[in-house]
Amino acid sequence: MKSHIMVVKIKKNIAISESGFVFNPSTGDSFTLNTIGAEILRMLASGKDMDAVSEFIVGTYDVEKSVFERYFLDFISMLRQFQILEEDDER
Amino acid sequence: MTKDRLTVLVSGLNNIDSPGPGIPVIRGLRDSQLIEPRIIGLAYDNLEPGAYMHQLVDKTYKMPYPSDGSDAVMQRIRYIQNIEHADVLIPNFDAELFAFMKSEPVLRSLGIKTFLPTLRQFEERHKANLPDFGEKYDVRVPFSKAYTNFNQLKNLKDDFQFPIVVKGKFYDAFIAKDQIQAEIYFQKIAAKWGLPVVIQEFVYGTEVNVVALGDGKGTTVGAVPMRKQYITDKGKAWGGITLDDSKMLELTYKIIRQTQWRGGMELELIKDAKDDLYLIEINPRLPAWVYLAVGAGQNLPEALVLMAMGKDVSPFKNYEVGKMFIRYSWDMICDLTEFEKIATKGEL
Repeated sequence: MKSHIMVVKIKKNIAISESGFVFNPSTGDSFTLNTIGAEILRMLASGKDMDAVSEFIVGTYDVEKSVFERYFLDFISMLRQFQILEEDDER
Repeated sequence: MTKDRLTVLVSGLNNIDSPGPGIPVIRGLRDSQLIEPRIIGLAYDNLEPGAYMHQLVDKTYKMPYPSDGSDAVMQRIRYIQNIEHADVLIPNFDAELFAFMKSEPVLRSLGIKTFLPTLRQFEERHKANLPDFGEKYDVRVPFSKAYTNFNQLKNLKDDFQFPIVVKGKFYDAFIAKDQIQAEIYFQKIAAKWGLPVVIQEFVYGTEVNVVALGDGKGTTVGAVPMRKQYITDKGKAWGGITLDDSKMLELTYKIIRQTQWRGGMELELIKDAKDDLYLIEINPRLPAWVYLAVGAGQNLPEALVLMAMGKDVSPFKNYEVGKMFIRYSWDMICDLTEFEKIATKGEL
């Protein structure tokens, strides 16, 4: 069976600070992420696809894959809503 | 480097909850590495805070209201010029711009230089003329119409769908959700600013602004886009942040190139859900938040004064993105004698 790999592209100009503060210079919006949120966003910004992020989080933290992916998809839709993602972000 | 000693006349000292641009413009000039300014304030009211800010304003003169006519205004300017020998005048109120633009040759003969838009530029960007402006320069604008008579409002539904924006010719804008609100705001604005009152289609989206400076030959000397982060009940920015938005800058360059804009300007824009920009207003002067541009690396008041003095100014190439301003209020303690001076002698 062919696996479906979902790539989420973070806009290049999005600034993510050490503390998890995210700034979108196109809209002037800023957001505060918790440690895990910031870690996930950094992985996405570095080009990791969703499967790679999921594998890392499930392997590192005490969380079921299905539970994580449900929250992960919510997180992605939130990023889309806040215009953090590139327009054609899904491949 | 030796700084140029220049005497600059500046109005808009009303640094209140809905502030004029005078004090931010003066702060830019005080920050200049090229100019050592002597600032002469022009005030219309005894309680304009700038008149009492002696660290920023060296001397203040009361002015007659622009509604008294150009002659009264120029008579006062002549009196001031005899004492102060000013080099440059920066008017910061929309309502006084017309009188000063009309009197530019007289000002020049007195030795006072300005860097203002031409009368044509000033007229064609009027709120009432915005649809024509949009068509002429291929700029997206919301539909709007000027109303000179209260009875004309009966036919509002023929042209608009609620909500609509009811705007004064110089200042003030209210969002009316129905006919009754539209009529109330019309009367309120007409009483304060006169006619026409402009009714504008409401565009859903985020309000964004650009402060810019044109050299009068089509070149943008500087431009900084900003989004208001919090808006007061008067619709003014409480805080704002500079943006990295090439679309906003391109639109600004296009407008300045096509109109050959001369002087400071503020573009008020709405960015809709598709990221399309609608021009809702052009203010023909530097706005009250211009000090954000100075803080972000573009000292536009300094550049404006230098261009008024006939100097070549290289266009600014960049600015700091994510620079913020937060407006605050500050109670100055003043002696009654100061108030007495400006109230009785018209000078402080």
